[in-house]
Amino acid sequence: MTTRKRQIKNFTSNFGPQHPAAHGVSRLVLEMNGEVVERAEPHIGSLHRGTEKLIEYKTYLQALPYSDRSDYVSMMAQEHAHSSAVEKLLNCEVPLRAQYIRVLFREITRISNHSLALTTHAMDVGALTPFLWAFEEREKLLEFYERVSGARMHASFIRPGGVAQDLPLGLCRDIDSFTQQFASRIDELEEMSTGNRIWKQRLVDIGTVTAQQAKDWGFSGVMLRGPGVCWDSRRAAPYDVHDQSDPDVPVGTRGDRYDRYCIRIEEMRQSLRIIVQCLNQMPSGMIKADDRKLCPPSRCRMKLSMESSIHHFELYTEGFSVPASSTYTAVEAPKGEFGVFLVSNGSNRPYRRKIRAPGFAHSQGLDSMSKHHMPADVVTIIGTQDIVFGEVDR
Amino acid sequence: MIIYATEVQTINSFVRLESLKEVYGLIWIFVPIFSLVLGIITGVLVIVWLEREISAGIQQRIGPEYAGPLGILQALADGTKLLFKEDLRPSRGNTPLFSIGPSIAVISILLSYSVIPFSNHLVLADLNIGIFLWIAISSVAPIGLLMSGYGSNNKYSFLGGLRAAAQAISYEIPLTLCVLSISLLSNSLSTVDIVEAQSKYGFWGWNLWRQPIGFIIFLISSLAECERLPFDLPEAEEELIAGYQTEYSGIKFGLFYVASYLNLLISSLFVTVLYLGGWNISIPYISILELFEKDQIFGTTIGIFITLAKTYLFLFISIATRWTLPRLRMDQLLNLGWKFLLPISLGNLLLTTSFQLFSL
Repeated sequence: MTTRKRQIKNFTSNFGPQHPAAHGVSRLVLEMNGEVVERAEPHIGSLHRGTEKLIEYKTYLQALPYSDRSDYVSMMAQEHAHSSAVEKLLNCEVPLRAQYIRVLFREITRISNHSLALTTHAMDVGALTPFLWAFEEREKLLEFYERVSGARMHASFIRPGGVAQDLPLGLCRDIDSFTQQFASRIDELEEMSTGNRIWKQRLVDIGTVTAQQAKDWGFSGVMLRGPGVCWDSRRAAPYDVHDQSDPDVPVGTRGDRYDRYCIRIEEMRQSLRIIVQCLNQMPSGMIKADDRKLCPPSRCRMKLSMESSIHHFELYTEGFSVPASSTYTAVEAPKGEFGVFLVSNGSNRPYRRKIRAPGFAHSQGLDSMSKHHMPADVVTIIGTQDIVFGEVDR
Repeated sequence: MIIYATEVQTINSFVRLESLKEVYGLIWIFVPIFSLVLGIITGVLVIVWLEREISAGIQQRIGPEYAGPLGILQALADGTKLLFKEDLRPSRGNTPLFSIGPSIAVISILLSYSVIPFSNHLVLADLNIGIFLWIAISSVAPIGLLMSGYGSNNKYSFLGGLRAAAQAISYEIPLTLCVLSISLLSNSLSTVDIVEAQSKYGFWGWNLWRQPIGFIIFLISSLAECERLPFDLPEAEEELIAGYQTEYSGIKFGLFYVASYLNLLISSLFVTVLYLGGWNISIPYISILELFEKDQIFGTTIGIFITLAKTYLFLFISIATRWTLPRLRMDQLLNLGWKFLLPISLGNLLLTTSFQLFSL
């Protein structure tokens, strides 16, 4: 009897777009040998909405809400990137109060993003309760968003030239009372997880990334600080008033999931510090640049003065024109380095706006991070990379 | 021979009375069974409500509040909804296996309820092998899970069914060894004897104090047998969607859901019977037998009440554990069962045996 030569193929399983833990629409084709993952191939594109193409047909102000929606859990960070890029091209000076408000809301966004990322990650690992505790805190933060801009999530608040409107009365006091109780909330979250043996067993030495690998793959943010590379855009290339507030930058040692989890918790505490500093140091003044060719006037002015009326009309129909040049501006979004490469051709519409999303680079590393682990670990590696498919697929 | 009509009538009526008695006898067998099943189903409904309320408390939210006062009819409402859903069958799956799978899981658990004493002599079947019946029949449940997983024609379900079976058989052995230690202490496998052996010295007569290690191992193993967090890998939503339950809809899914809570209830009842003293009041110097002598119904009711109160303790612990601890990975779970719990339970058994030998 002759034996036929057959190729043994690995068991392919579709960790499909419809999955309770796929963090959006992610299609991962897992090739498994028994219960060990040999290869994890992400197939992206299920959430492609044609953002960059659509932006080419909109004015700079109309293109702002697209940035909200790319990473839909950390909204104001993206708006900040877009606005900074436009201001760089315009060579426009943002008033000091506007800068402080931007930093304040950026750090609120960071806390909101980390509380979602950490606790959905915890839910993937199996701890079902911190998710609900963190979302209660997130409700309070979304209430701040709503009071300042009118929308709970996609605020369109940080605009080229400053911010859209001034802070309403009483908001700073409420943010202050939030900060006073939030530190104990973080303690509660940590109590459930950080010292827990099962948690450590699931997280330590899983999904390890070395510093060289992180730099090669183009990781940024927490994924880069996990293996020990101390790079934070707020420190390396400070923008707005970050050089006046002085956060500590937490850096990990081993580059595994436990390190990244601890870094995110510590970043939440540092953001709390920055928020308190901003509230203490907030100056009074204008919240938009003084140039009426760039920033619309307030409504009462618009109704009284002819020139303001004309400015309002021009800005909201045609928009402002930006000199022809290009720039790459990156901010430290909660997920990593969110960059905007903006090319303008002198008209009121961008010629090209390319988004550099941190999740895109991180999802490339998924295969190397999840080799020889089990499918249970693949789920949690997606969670620790904090991938949101809005920004990966755009 | 002349047979008088009246005598024939009396003979006939006498014969009819005999057959009626047999019929009554047959019916009377079913009454305790049905009342037990009714009690168990009510217990499951209560546990479902308890789980939702306790988890809501832990998670800083309000549990069910619309279905009935305080939401106690929520489980009934969910069951009714599931009854009305379409009964999906996988097109290329193995339909007989698919349909029978959940039933096997439920039947095996329901049969084990027959050996639990709810109060003094309030047990459906006081068998000599008592607790061994539970161990033997609960080993049939993984077959049902395997059938469901295989018959679903779905890679995820198949993996889930395999995992469930592996988990169940891994944790049966430490469970059985703990039960064996208890039966050594009580010189009997019958559940009634085990409870009566704990009735002296009240609170201090519990097997909990004589078998502390065994208690902890039994707790962990029974959580694993019930497939509750931290061992709920077969239905880990995050990896296998719902494991072997993925393709089920309607009342078959309801059967799995009910089976899970039935399993939890019977594990809690067995913890009470084996380690916490069953129906004994457990305050020293008060014996329930005296109450029982005074008024049978009152004593029995007190016994049931005490059993349920002790069961609630373990239920609360397992529900709180589910919503607190993260989940173990499959290989870590099997490691825990084979490399950690099994040697310790063997050691426990050896210790118990040597103490018994020395005390003789």
